[in-house]
Amino acid sequence: MPIEYYIFLCLTLFSIGVIGVLTRRNAIIVFMCVELMLNAVNLLLVAFSKMNYGAAQAMSSTTTAGIDAQIFVFFIMVVAAAEVSIGLAIIVMMYRNTHSIDINFLNRLKN
Amino acid sequence: MKILVAFIILWPFVGFLFNGLGRNYWSKKVIAYKATGYIVASFIASVFAFMHVQTHGAMTVHYFDFIHTASLTIPFDFKVDALSSLFLLVITGVGSLIHLYSTAYMQEESAPHYARYFAYLNLFIFSMLLLVLGDNYIIMFMGWEGVGLCSYLLIGYWFSNGSYNYAAKKAFIMNRIGDLGFLLAIFWIIAKLGTVSYSEVLTVETLSKLSSADITGITLLLFIGAMGKSAQIPLFTWLPDAMAGPTPVSALIHAATMVTAGIYMITRSNILFSHSEITQNVIAIIGISTALLAATIAIKQNDIKKVLAYSTVSQLGYMFLGLGVGAYSGAVFHVITHAFFKALLFLGAGSVIHAMHHEQDIRKMGGLKSKLPITHITFLIGCIAIAGVPPFSGFFSKDEILAAAFEKNKIYWVLGLVGAAMTAFYMFRLYATTFLGKFRGSHEQEAHLHESPLAMTLPLIILAILSAVGGAIGIPEIMGGHHWLAGQLSTIVSAPHEAGLTVSTEWILMGVSVAIAAIALLIALSRYSKQTDEEPSSAIGKFFYNKWYIDELYQKAIIEPLNEFALFLKEFIEKKIIDGAVNGTGKIVQFSARKVRLIQNGQAGYYILFMVLGIITLFLIWFNDIYILRFIHTLTQK
Repeated sequence: MPIEYYIFLCLTLFSIGVIGVLTRRNAIIVFMCVELMLNAVNLLLVAFSKMNYGAAQAMSSTTTAGIDAQIFVFFIMVVAAAEVSIGLAIIVMMYRNTHSIDINFLNRLKN
Repeated sequence: MKILVAFIILWPFVGFLFNGLGRNYWSKKVIAYKATGYIVASFIASVFAFMHVQTHGAMTVHYFDFIHTASLTIPFDFKVDALSSLFLLVITGVGSLIHLYSTAYMQEESAPHYARYFAYLNLFIFSMLLLVLGDNYIIMFMGWEGVGLCSYLLIGYWFSNGSYNYAAKKAFIMNRIGDLGFLLAIFWIIAKLGTVSYSEVLTVETLSKLSSADITGITLLLFIGAMGKSAQIPLFTWLPDAMAGPTPVSALIHAATMVTAGIYMITRSNILFSHSEITQNVIAIIGISTALLAATIAIKQNDIKKVLAYSTVSQLGYMFLGLGVGAYSGAVFHVITHAFFKALLFLGAGSVIHAMHHEQDIRKMGGLKSKLPITHITFLIGCIAIAGVPPFSGFFSKDEILAAAFEKNKIYWVLGLVGAAMTAFYMFRLYATTFLGKFRGSHEQEAHLHESPLAMTLPLIILAILSAVGGAIGIPEIMGGHHWLAGQLSTIVSAPHEAGLTVSTEWILMGVSVAIAAIALLIALSRYSKQTDEEPSSAIGKFFYNKWYIDELYQKAIIEPLNEFALFLKEFIEKKIIDGAVNGTGKIVQFSARKVRLIQNGQAGYYILFMVLGIITLFLIWFNDIYILRFIHTLTQK
């Protein structure tokens, strides 16, 4: 499959994420949109890595070029999982304190 | 030899440092002894240098390279030859006498001011020596600027008086105008010849490298420099105003030495000047016009120092006439004799002013003959010398210039005679009004009249002797002399003035000038020994009395338009345009800041939005940079 398809898919997912972050006030939805952007980039990384691997394979069958990026994606997913747990914990704490998950309540940090 | 020459110039500088830095520590006695002693030491060294030149000929001493570049080397060299050694003797000799005189004349000043005065005076001698000793135009220019500075400092010596400061500024600015011409001439020489040393510039070979337009341009610019320093039309009005300084300063700087720097410079460069007919004519015409203009003004002045000041301008005009007609040695001769008798006259005037408690108006003097016997007799000798009565010194030098003028152009000679008659007239008017008749001042002044102390009369006596016999250095051949001075200068002056006149013509010329001077002198004596000048009533009298309204003319024609222009710059360009631009920049920043700060509203959503917008903009630029660069390119192409 041509690489452009992956790029357009990632671009669409990323844009949906950006627009979601900008327009929604619900903290959980904003958070999901952030995850969407992260995974759009992850997907792009795998796609480019595969393209790179395929191109290298055509020249030499024993090459391992591009493999490392696919491994790296797993690391990113692990870190993202940890980050998600912290983010959700913050949202839970926020709800406990304000009885709301409206993101605009967060602009009064000084109180 | 290196050390001897260095001694000549360093002694006054040591004196300057000593008096300048120690002005709060030394007593007046120490200051006076040291200041005078250093100049006397310098004089003694000059005498040795002069003797050396007499026996061994001219010498150049090299100290170090002042400027050294690939294309231009300016060595710090001194040249001691017949011309500069003569000037050395005059500067340090007359300088020592005037220092001695000043020790008594300035006695009323407090010690720090007394020291300041002598520091300036020593610095002046140093600069003047630098000017005459330098072996290239750059060193001469350094001395040239130095004497201008000292002149400024000394004219404004009594700085608490506003009009004295004004006179000092006037002198400085007028000198600067001339300096610009001198500087441009130096640049021109460097551009054409790549050197400024006399030994390389002033030779016959360089003349072939320069076109006649170059020579005329360079010499005219040099002459502009001389004009400023030596007070010629149109830059002469500073010199009479320079009389604001203490009288010994007027004697030393504004009569005997500094104002002759222009003559020294032209004599030094005579090889160039002789090859430009145009410049020579310009010099002669300006010289004789200055001589006549200043003489007419001097006739009507009532301030003792003003008369002498205009007389100086007039005599400088004679010297330039001499330079213009090619009588270089005659001009130098007149410089030397003039240094003697004009210093004498100024110091005599200082003695009178001292006795009269700072009264300078000759209408309030009179009858000082018996009260100030030494001053009287020496002043009289000075007057006779300047009037050109044989065998006093002024006669020989003036006659030499007039004879050369006669040979070149009869009109110069006739005008010169008129000037000589006026010189005799105004000098004896001054003498008769001051010393003869009855005393016209207040009783208080009369009671305090006294002869000056020995420190003041001794220089007067020495200068009077020199004024009387100084002509001996240039007795013309027809009188049985052999003109020692012309022989001295024959190595410097490229085309020595050949006496093309027959002996009888020369005798007739002398006779005519002496007769005219004698008549003018007697008229002045008979007219002014009993009475003084009233306020002038006739139109021409008023015209002369008011100095041809030249100061007023400059005021209206140059100073006021300049002030208007400055006001325009200040009120319009400065306030509207420059301040507008500066304040406008500030206002734009403030205004835009007031608008832009509304964006910073504390809502995180907005921040993210702008971040995203910024990133999108960056991407747009990044992907389209080739179009943007092309657009900028088309803009700059137009």
